[in-house]
Amino acid sequence: MRLVLQFAVKRFGSALLVMFAISVLVFLIFFATPGVDPAARIAGRNADPATLAQVRHSFGLDRPLPVRYLLMMRHLLIDRDLESFVNRGSRVIPQIVQATPVTLSLVIGAAVIWMTAGLLMGTAAATLRGKAADPLIMLVGVVGVSLPAYWLGEVVNLITQKQLHDSVFSWVPPPGYVGLAKDPGQWALHLLFPWLTLALLYAGIYARLLRGEVISALSEDYVRTARAKGLSERRILVRHALRCSLIPVVSLFGLDFGALVGGAALLTEVVFGLPGIGKLTYDALQNLDLPVIMGTVLYAAFFVVLANALVDILYARLDPRARHA
Amino acid sequence: MPEPLLDVRDLRVSFRTRTGPVTVVDGLSFAVAPGEVLGVVGESGSGKSVSMLAVLRLLTNPNVTVSGQVRFRGRDLLTLPDREMRAVRGREIAMVFQDPMTALTPVYTVGWQIAEQIRAHEQVSRKEARARAVRLLSDVGIPDAASRADAYPHEFSGGMRQRAVIAMALSCDPALLIADEPTTALDVTVQAQILDLMRELNARGSAVVLITHDMGVVSEITDRVLVMYGGRVAEEGPRRAVFHGPRHPYTWGLLDSVPRVGGARLRRLPTIAGMPVSPGDLPAGCAFAPRCRLRHERCEELPVLVAGSADFEHRDACWLPPDDRAALRVTARTEASRTDTARTETSGTGTARTDASGTGTAQEVAS
Amino acid sequence: MTATLPRLREARRSPGPWRTAAGDLLHNRAALAAAVVLLVVVVASLCAPLYAAHIAHTDPFQSHVSGTTVVDGKTVPVLTPSSTGLGLGVTPIGPTWDPAHYFLGADNQGRDVMARLLYGGRTSLFIGFTAALISCAVGTVVGVVAGYAGGAVDAVISRVLDVIWAFPVYLLAICLSVVLLTNGLRLGPLTVDAGSLWLPVAIIAAIYVPYIARPLRGQVLVLRNKEFIQAAIGSGAPVPRILRREVLPNVLPTALVFVPLMTALAMLTESALSFLSVGVQPPDASWGTIIEDGLGLLYTRPTVTIAPGLLIALTTAALNVLGDGVRDALDPGARLRGGV
Repeated sequence: MRLVLQFAVKRFGSALLVMFAISVLVFLIFFATPGVDPAARIAGRNADPATLAQVRHSFGLDRPLPVRYLLMMRHLLIDRDLESFVNRGSRVIPQIVQATPVTLSLVIGAAVIWMTAGLLMGTAAATLRGKAADPLIMLVGVVGVSLPAYWLGEVVNLITQKQLHDSVFSWVPPPGYVGLAKDPGQWALHLLFPWLTLALLYAGIYARLLRGEVISALSEDYVRTARAKGLSERRILVRHALRCSLIPVVSLFGLDFGALVGGAALLTEVVFGLPGIGKLTYDALQNLDLPVIMGTVLYAAFFVVLANALVDILYARLDPRARHA
Repeated sequence: MPEPLLDVRDLRVSFRTRTGPVTVVDGLSFAVAPGEVLGVVGESGSGKSVSMLAVLRLLTNPNVTVSGQVRFRGRDLLTLPDREMRAVRGREIAMVFQDPMTALTPVYTVGWQIAEQIRAHEQVSRKEARARAVRLLSDVGIPDAASRADAYPHEFSGGMRQRAVIAMALSCDPALLIADEPTTALDVTVQAQILDLMRELNARGSAVVLITHDMGVVSEITDRVLVMYGGRVAEEGPRRAVFHGPRHPYTWGLLDSVPRVGGARLRRLPTIAGMPVSPGDLPAGCAFAPRCRLRHERCEELPVLVAGSADFEHRDACWLPPDDRAALRVTARTEASRTDTARTETSGTGTARTDASGTGTAQEVAS
Repeated sequence: MTATLPRLREARRSPGPWRTAAGDLLHNRAALAAAVVLLVVVVASLCAPLYAAHIAHTDPFQSHVSGTTVVDGKTVPVLTPSSTGLGLGVTPIGPTWDPAHYFLGADNQGRDVMARLLYGGRTSLFIGFTAALISCAVGTVVGVVAGYAGGAVDAVISRVLDVIWAFPVYLLAICLSVVLLTNGLRLGPLTVDAGSLWLPVAIIAAIYVPYIARPLRGQVLVLRNKEFIQAAIGSGAPVPRILRREVLPNVLPTALVFVPLMTALAMLTESALSFLSVGVQPPDASWGTIIEDGLGLLYTRPTVTIAPGLLIALTTAALNVLGDGVRDALDPGARLRGGV
C-alpha cells in the first residue's frame, strides 16, 4: 500500500511541475516573445502613446514579468476572481465552468460511437484478413483519418442545413447547443452530427490500430497454444487476442479522451457552434484575452496530465507484466 | 504390430510464396504405437515441426496446402469437421511448443489457463477445474502449487513455465503428446528434469512424439527414431537399431558429429559437408545426395523407404547396397578424415593425426 | 563407387535489409497506387505557374472583381450581385469545367479557384513535407541523445518533451502562431518575417518533436542494453562511432516510417491553422486558407470549400497508405506476422 501511495505522490508532484511549466510557457509566449507588445494588441492598432500607457497601467503590464505572472496566478487559483481582458467584469472560472458540460456532452457521446465502431471495424478487418472486406473496412478507416475534421463539419452543415435540408434532413436543427436538463431530445438532436463528425476521425484511428494489434496477437505463440488446447476460434479471438490487443488501445483512448475533454475538439465546436471549452479557447485566442487563455490552457493541461496518470494506473491493471516494473 | 495410435500416410505440406510453391514436407509416412515414444530428429528446416503442426491442423496460414492422410484412432484428422477436430486437440492429442516464455497468454493466471482447457473439454465446475489445475501443477513438480496457480506466466522461470505448459497439455489425459523441442530453450540441468517428466508420463501410458535436433536426448528416452531430411524420411527404426546400426549416410553424419566423452581424441569435429537443403530447392532425387560422399548415378532417382536387413522395423531411404552398410560407413568416414587431414596439412598447422576412429565397425554411442 | 564430393553451389548473397524492404514495398499494390496519386498531386501543384499562365491565363492572386469571362461562347461577369444576403452580396461564377475559363469557378474576389488550388497545393505540400522532415530529424536526434546519454541529460530532455506534449497540440500551435504572426520572430541575428512560410513550418515542426522523440528514445533505451552495443562500448569504440554505426542504422527505419505519416499530420495541422487564420497568411494561399475563403460562399458556391478539402483528404490518405506500406516493408516483424 505504501508503494502505491509513494507512486501517487510522485506522479502528483510531477504533474504539478508540468502544469507550472505550462503556465510559465503560456505566459512567456504571450508576454515575452521578442517583438510582441500585448498592450498594442489590446489597445488596437492605431492607439496613441497615451492610450497605450493607460492600457499598460490598467492591465498591470508595466510591472516586472515575474510579478505579473504571480499576480495572475494568484487571481486565478487563490482568489479565483481572475477577469477577462476583453469582457471586463466577466470572470474566467465561471466561463470555464459553464462551457464544461457542452464539451463533455460532445466528447462522451462521440467516444461511445467511435469506440464501438472502431472496435467492430478493427476486429472485423483483422479476422477477415485477406478477403475483400478487409481493405474495404480499412479504406473507411483511412478516409476517416485523412478528412480534415473542420472541413467535414462544414460539409455536413452544408448538406444538412442547406442542400438536403428540405428533403432528407429537415429534422436537423440549426447549429447550437441545448442543455441536457432542458430538453434531452433536442440535446441529442443538436449533438448528433457533431458526434458523428468527431467520431469518424477517431473511429478511423482506432480501427487501424486495433486491426494491427489483433493481427499481431493472432500470430503470437500463446494463440497457437490456445488453439492446440482445442478452444474455439471465437474464444481465442475474444478472450486471448482481443484482450491482449486492448491494452494499447485503452491506453491511447485514455489519452485521447483526456485531451478532448480539455478542449482539443475546438474545431468541431467552432464549426457546429457549440459553446464548449474549445470554442471558449478559440475566441480568447482570437482576442488575445490572456487571462481566459491561461485559464483554458491550464484546464486542458490538467486533463492531459490527469489522463496520463490514470492511463498508467489502468495499464498496470490491464497488463500484469507492468505491475512489477 | 498392434493398431497404431497415429498413422500418417504420405503427408505433404507446401507453402505458396512469391517465388513459387515451396514443399516443406514431402511424402512423410510414419506411425506411432500406443504408449511408445517416437523421436523425430533432423536439422532446422527438415520439416519436423511443420509436419506435426499439420497433424494437428494448426497451420492457419491461408497459403498452406496440406494433403495426405493422418489417421488417429481410425479417423482421418485432415478431413474432420472443425468442431470434432477441436475435440481432438487438447483432449486426445496435446502439443507442447519450444519456447515456454511466449507460450502462455500473459494476462491470465496459469491456473486459469489450465482450468480453461479442462472446462473446454469436460463439464466440470470452476472450483473443480481449479483444484485439478493445482494438482497437475504439483504433479509436474512445481512447489507450492496452490499459490503458484494464481501467479501470472511472467512470474515463472523458464523451466517452471515449461512444466506448467506440460501440466496444461496433460490436463485432459491425452493419448498422445507431441513435444516440439521442449528442452531446446532451457539450460541443461532443467533439460534433464523435463525429460524425467516425459519419462514419467510415458510410464503412465501416453504416447509421446518428441521432436528434437539433439541426438543425446533421443538416445535417452525414445523407443523408436525417425530421421528426417528435406521434408522426407531418411531412416526410421527402433532406437538401438538406428544408433548401433545406422544405415543412412545422413544418420551417420548426425551420429558422428556428436562429441564424445570417451574414445580417441579427435583433431577436428566431424561435420556433414555442405548446407542443409532449402525447402524451395528440393532435388527430384535423393535430397541428401548433394552432400553425400557416396552418391552415385542411382541417387538421381527418389529413394524408397525399405527395410534393408532382417529387422522389418528398421527402414531407410537410400540406394546404397543394403548389405554391409557398416563397411560403407567406414569408407565414408576415412574419406572424410583424409580430406580433413589434407586441409589441415595445407593450412600448415603442424602434424595432422589421422582419425583414429577408423578402427572396427560401428561404435557404441554412449547412452 | 565413391564419387568425388560435388562442388558446393556458391552461397547466394542475401539482398540485405534495404533491398528486401524496397522489394516488399514494390509488391504492395496499395502503396504503389498511393505513391502514384501523390506524384500526380505534387507534379500538378508544381505546375501551378504553368497552369495559371498558359492554360487559365489568369493571375490567381489578383482580384478580378469587375472582370468578365467566356462561358459557352457568351461573355459573363465573374461576379454578380447576389440577392440572398449571404456572403458579401456577390455570387461568383460556378464551375464551368473549362480549363481556360474558371474551371472550378471563382471565389468571392473573382479569382480562379483551380489556379489557386494548384498554388495552394504547392504551399501546403511544402509546409507539410518540410515540417515533417524537420520534426523527424530533430525528434530523432533528441530521442537518440536522450535515450543513449541517460542520466541528467535524459531527465531534462524528457521533462521538456513532457511539457511540450502535455500542452494540447493544436492549442500550442495556435498560441505560437497568434503571437508570432503579428510581428514575426526576432531571435538575435535571425529574423523571420510575419508572412514567411517558415513560421508555420517551424511551429508545426516544433510541436510534433515529442511525437517522434519519445518513441525513438524508447527504442534507443532498449537498444542500449542489447549485447552488440555493450560489445561496442566494451571494445572502446568512441561514442560518435557507436551512434553512427550501431544505433543509427537501427533507428533509421523507425524514423523513416514517420516521415510520410508526419507529412500527413503536418498538412492537416497546417490546414487547420490556416482555416483559423493563424497559419498561412495572405497573399499566400494554401488549401486551408481556400477552405476558409469559401466559408462565406458555402451555401452558394460550395465548390470553393469542397474542392480543397477533397484534395487534402486525397493527399493525406495517399500519404497514410504509403506510410503503412513503408512501415510494413521496413518492419521485419510485419513480414513474420503476415507470412509463414
